[in-house]
Parts: sequence; C-alpha cells; structure tokens
Amino acid sequence: MKAGIVVFPGSNCDADARRALEAAGAQVHMLWHKEAVPDHLDLILVPGGFSYGDYLRTGAIAAAGPVMQSVREHARRGGLVLGICNGFQILCEAGMLPGALMVNQGLRFLCRDVHVKVDRLDTPFTQALDHPAVLRMPIAHHGGRYVCTADELQELEDERCVLFRYCDSEGRATDAANPNGSVHNIAGILGRKSRVLGMMPHPERAAAPGPAGEDGAILFRSLMGAVEALQAL
Amino acid sequence: MGHAESGPGLDHALEHGLSADEYKRILEILGRAPSWSELGVFSVMWSEHCSYKNSIAQLKTLPRSGGRLLVEAGEENAGLVDIGDGLAVAFKIESHNHPSAVEPYQGAATGVGGIMRDVFTMGARPICSLNSLRFPAIGHETTTWLVDGIVRGIGDYGNCLGIPTVGGEVQFDAAYNGNPLVNAMTVGIVRHDATASAVAKGVGNPVFLVGASTGRDGIHGATFASVELSQESEEKRSSVQVGDPFMEKLLLEATLEMIQSGDLVGIQDMGAAGITCSCSEMSAKGQAGIRIHIERVPQRESGMSAYDVLLSESQERMLVVVEKGREDTVRRICQRWDIHCAHIGEVTDTGRFQVLHHGQLEVDIPSQVLVLGGGAPVYIREWAEPASFLAERAVDLSAVAPVEDLGEELLALLEHENVCSRRWIYRQYDHMIGASTEIRPGGDAGVVAVPGTAKRLAVTTDCNGRLVRLDPRQGAISAVAEAARNLACTGARPLAITNCLNFGNPMDPEIYWQFREAVAGMGEACRVLDTPVTGGNVSFYNESPHGAVHPTPVIGMVGLLEGVEPVPSAFRGPDELVLAAGRAAGILGGSLYLERRVGRQTGAIPLPDLELEKALQAFLASAAEEGLLRSAHDVSEGGLGVCLAEACILQEGRSMGCTVDLSPLNPQGIAADRLLFAETPGLVVLSALPEHRDRLQALAAECGLPLCELGSTGGERLVVEDLLDLSLHEVAERWWCTLERRLEA
Repeated sequence: MKAGIVVFPGSNCDADARRALEAAGAQVHMLWHKEAVPDHLDLILVPGGFSYGDYLRTGAIAAAGPVMQSVREHARRGGLVLGICNGFQILCEAGMLPGALMVNQGLRFLCRDVHVKVDRLDTPFTQALDHPAVLRMPIAHHGGRYVCTADELQELEDERCVLFRYCDSEGRATDAANPNGSVHNIAGILGRKSRVLGMMPHPERAAAPGPAGEDGAILFRSLMGAVEALQAL
Repeated sequence: MGHAESGPGLDHALEHGLSADEYKRILEILGRAPSWSELGVFSVMWSEHCSYKNSIAQLKTLPRSGGRLLVEAGEENAGLVDIGDGLAVAFKIESHNHPSAVEPYQGAATGVGGIMRDVFTMGARPICSLNSLRFPAIGHETTTWLVDGIVRGIGDYGNCLGIPTVGGEVQFDAAYNGNPLVNAMTVGIVRHDATASAVAKGVGNPVFLVGASTGRDGIHGATFASVELSQESEEKRSSVQVGDPFMEKLLLEATLEMIQSGDLVGIQDMGAAGITCSCSEMSAKGQAGIRIHIERVPQRESGMSAYDVLLSESQERMLVVVEKGREDTVRRICQRWDIHCAHIGEVTDTGRFQVLHHGQLEVDIPSQVLVLGGGAPVYIREWAEPASFLAERAVDLSAVAPVEDLGEELLALLEHENVCSRRWIYRQYDHMIGASTEIRPGGDAGVVAVPGTAKRLAVTTDCNGRLVRLDPRQGAISAVAEAARNLACTGARPLAITNCLNFGNPMDPEIYWQFREAVAGMGEACRVLDTPVTGGNVSFYNESPHGAVHPTPVIGMVGLLEGVEPVPSAFRGPDELVLAAGRAAGILGGSLYLERRVGRQTGAIPLPDLELEKALQAFLASAAEEGLLRSAHDVSEGGLGVCLAEACILQEGRSMGCTVDLSPLNPQGIAADRLLFAETPGLVVLSALPEHRDRLQALAAECGLPLCELGSTGGERLVVEDLLDLSLHEVAERWWCTLERRLEA
C-alpha cells in the first residue's frame, strides 16, 4: 500500500501516523502542504494536530488549502482517505463528510482512553475484524463533539455510515460513556461510498505494545488488506 | 549618545530596580552617564532573574559537573547528559510564577514556551514535559481562577506544540495564597554531534532574528520577576508576555532544520530580557562584540523606540549567528516555515554590545560587564536562623492522641487535596502524543520511550514545601531523595537533576538562611546519590502581602532505563507477593496526618538516610533489570496507608486488592497510627511473583537493604490485619473523584 500523510505546518500527529502505517507494512510519503500530491497513492491520511493553529475555526484554514483540493480529487477517483482528530475536523470543513465538530460538552481539552463500538466489518477500515468488536483507543481533543442536522443524522444512520460509537467496556453506548457530548455517541463516520473515514480517536497511538493497547492497529491492518485485495483483482 | 543631555539619573536607576551602588558602577564602567536604552539594558541584565546576583554564590557550592554531564551547569541554555550510543538528553526547569499570578493563562503558557525553546535551541527535539504547580488553599478566592487559567495555559501551549505532558506535581497550601508557583520542565533528545551552542563569534558573521515579530509585550518582564507581588502588581499585566504556540511549532521545526544544516555558528532563544540578553550573553561567551540595527527588527507596532525593542519579551524569537556566506540556508528554511528571518546585525571584534537606531548609537557597553560570570554583581546576603526553626523541632509529638478509626482516617487522607488523584488536571494535557508514553501521569514517575532505541527515560519533579519550611536542609535532601526514589520505582537509574528554587525575598535574612540551607542540603544529596546539577532557575521574591511562600526547591530529575520494561506503581494480578523495602520509622513531623490532628504543619521531620536511599535505588534498578518486579510505589504524602491504597487502585478501571500484615515491618512496636500515616522517606511497597521471593531477598541482602514480606494481592478489599479493612470501591471513589468535585464546584 502506498500511503500519503498530509503535513500542515501545525500537524503534530504525522510522525505517529507514519510509524503506525509503516509498522503495518505501508510505504509512506509525507505530503508537505505546499507541494504537489503524487497521484498513485492508495490512501491519504490527514493527521491530527493544529493545522494552522486553530485560530479561525478548527480545520477551517486547512480545508481551504490547495493540498485539500488534491485530497478531494483523490477521493473522487475512489482513493481511500482517513482523517484522524484534526484531520476529521478538516474533512468536515472541506465538505468531504457531513456535520461538524464543536467544543467538547465539558468545555475542556480531554486526553484519555475511550472505548468505541464497531459493528460493520465490510469496510476497508475494519475488514480485518472477524466479528463486531469494542476497541480501546485514546482521544485527545478540545473540539470533538460531533453535530449535524437531523436529516444528515437520519441519513448517516440509515446508510450505516456511523463506523465508531463511544461506548463502555461492555459495548453499551451510554451517555456516561460519551466523553464529549457527540450526537448519538458518534466517534467516527464514513462517507457514502465507505472510502472516506473521519474519526476523533487516535488509532495510531494504540498500534504498538504500551498502556494504550494495540486495538488501533486493526485499522491499519484492514487498510493493508483492502488495498492488497483490490490489487489482486 | 542618543539622549545623553536629558539622560536618566540616579532616581531613574532606582525606579528601574537598580541600587545606588549599582548605578555608581554603571557610571564607572561607561565613564559617563548611561542613555535611557543603556539604563534599560543594565536594569534587566543585572536583575535577579538574569544575573542570579543573590543566588550564584550559593549555587556554586552544588556539584555541577561529573557523572554523565556533557556540559557544566549554566554553560548552555539547558543541561546535557549522555545516555549512550551517541545520544544525549537535554533538560531544564524554569519558573513563571509572577506572570502566572496576575495573568494565569498567558503566564503559564509562555512559561511552557520558554522552557521548550531552551531545549530546542540546543538542537534537541523535545519528547516530554512536566510541571510543578503550587496553588493557594482550596476555597481561597483565587484558587479556581488560578487553576483554570494555569492548567488551560499549560495545556493549550503544550498540546498545540505536540509534546506530551507526562508528569509533575500539584499542591494546594495557604502558604501560596497570592503567589502561586508555576514551574515548567522540558526534556529533549539530541545526538552528541548535532548540538548547538549559544555563542556569537567570527568577526563579520551575520546575526539574524528568526521567528515572531517584536511588540511592546513583556517589557521589563525580568525586572517584574525580581520584586515582590503587591496590590499594584495587577497593573503590571503589560509585563506579561503573550504566547503563540503555533508560531512556536513553526520555530521549533525551523530551528532544528537550521541546526541540522551545519551552517550556524550559534543560536539562543529570546526569553527574559529579549534581544538584550541573547546579544550580550552570546557575544560575551564568544569573547566577541555584537552590533545590531534596531530598525531592521520586524516590529508588530509602530513607533517603538530602541528601548522598547531592546527590552521587549515578545515570545517565539531566536537570535541566530550564521556562517558568512551561508545566509541562504537560513532564509530558505524560514521561508518554508513562513516565519520572519531578519538580518539585524553582525559579530564584531570590539567585545561590546552596540545598538544603532537609524545610524545613531543608542547602546555601547562591554558585553562582559552585563553577564553572569562577567561583570554582573554578586552578593552574599545576611542570614539568620529563624527562632521558629528550633521551636517547631522541639514540639512534643508523643502527646498527639492517635485517631480512633484508622480506616476512616485513611479514607479522609485519600480525599485530601494534596493526596487525591490529579486526573482532572492531567487529562487536560495531551500526555499520549508521540505514542511513546509508557507510564502515564499519576504514577511515581512518567516514562517515555526514546524513539528508535531500546532506551526509556523516567522523569519526575518533586518537592514537599511543608518539609522544607520546617527544616530547609533536611527538606531539600528529602526532595532530591524522593525524586531519585520515584525514578527508581520505575526501574530507572537516576542520571542528573535540574532545579527550580522558589523562595521569598533574599534581603530578608531568614529567607536567605532558608535558601542557603536548602542549597546545602541539595548539594549533599546530589553528591551522595551521584546526580549532579545540570542547571536550573532561581525565583526569589515569591511573597504576597501575607508573607513568603514555603521555600520550594523543586527537583526535576531524569533517569535512564536501558532495555528494561518500566515498572508500574499499581498491583497487577492476584496471588502476588506484597513486600516492603526500607524501614518504618513512625516519625510524624511534617505529615498531613499530624496537620489534621493538631491543625498546623509542625514537628521535627523524618530525616532521610541517603545511604539507605542509595541501597534502595541499586536494589530497585537491579530487580527491574532482572524482571523481578511487578509493581513499586514509594511512601510519600499520607504515609504507608495511602501508599498501599494507591497501589490497589492506581490502574484506572482495574483495582486489585491486598491483604497485608505490617508486623514484620514493625519489630520496634510503633503505634498503629504512626506506622500507617508517618511519611517515612526511603520506604517502598513492591509486588512480585511468588517464584521470585528468594531471588529478591538475596538481591536485597547484597544491597544491604531491609526487605520484608507483608502479604499478597487479591480480592476487592484493602485489608491491613488488625488495623483496617476497606472496600476498594470506596477507596477508589474517594481518591479518583475528589479533586474534580472540589474544583468544579
């Protein structure tokens, strides 16, 4: 798999994402926001951070940058896109995913482990799972409360586009298990064709042995498998 | 000279915080009256903050070289210690107390920014941060405002920069009413052959100012830091700098690229006293001169005078000396990161710091006379042992009646604001970015992996100001010993320390006595434990109208784990051995339990035994290296009872009970309350697999360390036979949830 990681001046999870992708066996290109994006990539990852310092509205300046035009074209061609944390915010701002991410319900930055429930195994991001699962991953954000219009929410649910939902360790999506007040406990959503994923938790921080666990590695393994399967056709 | 005719006189010098004697010296040095700009330059360079004039004589008694130190203390912006394989760790701690007292958010944020720059200006990439905070008592009218602003300030800056905050300490005490302490520490990694130095040399080499533009913020910040806080301090808000962490992130990446290019002669960040301090220190160090042109400095407001520009403490700026002919490297890198890069002057052979404004000479001073170790004043102040020192030691504690219900008392201590979990605070800091945090905040020390190696660093900050007030010398020894013990509990071998010495007004003989005693104690402990001092920071004048803060010499310590799995603080599985290493003493002086019993902080404090500490460290490191330890947690605030309870519940979401009998630890028959709640230094609770019992005992014997078996893990209760029996649900609820409840209320 050939993966590109977009690097804005304030990206700060780019190196962690690179390590996680390389550990899964991907070939990684860092895509500096001022430079042209190669067109042979299977995956473009938009990492976490504070792309432009978050001074206007989180992700807003980044979403208008030229590199995001390339990411849009990559998605239009059917390429895979994964936005993590600030990357999720940017994908929403860029109109590649519906809704927006607002300041956490508690009004404070929150760094902790959460559990998320995943029911769909038929996506390029989760196909390495063999049954629905509860995954543990860290979150670290100030603005992670997912909101959208009632129609958008209806469509997300009808089309089964909610890939990750905050839950407790037993898989119950309760209010108590919702760290930031996201509507319907939404932690991550897919675009219509299941090729674009935006998520607040950080799988790249839970991809090697350590206190955060290794549940996040499943995403990168799934992506490797999905790309290989496609290439085998 | 610009304003020589209408230049400043003695009155103005006094207003600038200089003494009459110091003004006289300035006249002698210059052979004439100073200009306004020159007076400003002397006032900041000879302020306590930049010159260490009231502390340096004592600091020189500390062990400041040896061990694995690569530079001597004070030589560079941060300490540099060898960790093998061509790598070094750069680290330092610094205070930002006064700015945080009047403007908590920006004060704390720029404190973090400043210490980050001290580390990356050496070429080191920061890999983690810590902070040591002291707040007024909970319930004081400013406490929630200070906690909210300071924690947000630290979080927003560090989170944006992308450096995990993995440890530190937070205490609440009425001694800090009106004068909180904010000490920030950063740790970075650099290859030996890729470090940069804070030096200006090579006549004709161009001098660049890189980073943010210069405004009027922070003018006289260094002088502000060198006086006591008062009612009028509110008006000094303009002395507080404003931080921009996004700019710092750009500056961080650009700085490391510039240093890696090999085209730099020297580089220093601009912190206190801005352009003035970096120019005079770098040229003094290079035994050269430096000449700059004020109008070439990118300015964010119009009409700034030379005085304003020279004294501005605008953040996120660097002074860079480049090899002549290689200027394009610096320009190219700064353009890539979209930051200013202005050629503001050059290195000269005059040995003087010279400033021109539109061609007019505004400043012309020999660099050496401005700096510490050169011509800056050095004072040894009068000292006097306060009468309270012997009086507190003489208080008879044998008469203190024991508490009736030991279990209830333990629960009360677990929800004490100086014992309970700091989770509500550290969750506001990104402590996992970098994906290298192996022991998160909340344990004995933070542990981070050094990327691409089998090395890990253990890091901690420690100081119990209550103990230092009661006995400055022994209290400072305790602070060093506890820091080393916290690292050792993770399996690390301590390397070296940095210190942040927070005291009151040194002109008060009793404060200066505290300072002298504490430095002496610190030196003694560092010598015995072989952890030299790499540098640090002194913050005097921490006083409010209510008086001085507790003397708080915060120790920041770094240790190394070489291919060793770090040991956590909490019990991990059932049916494992629970052991105690060290000795129980039962001395209550300075303990939280005693304070609860008698209503004040008093007594003769327990004396740390440095030989025992050394044996303990050797034992813990060897046991960790052999893979014999499942957990290790030391006794500190709240005593052995709290230590055992924490070992049961520290692993979030997974408690592990234990049943122990303390009699093997108590052959001398210490009373139960003293046994449980005395804050005995050098005592550690361990857990281990039963099959490792004999090897652990043999190892302890080799190290000359008492080790006794107390019981085993398992169940959902904390049972101390004959003394208490508590449900872990209750223990966890009290310990985890109290701070949030009390601060959000």
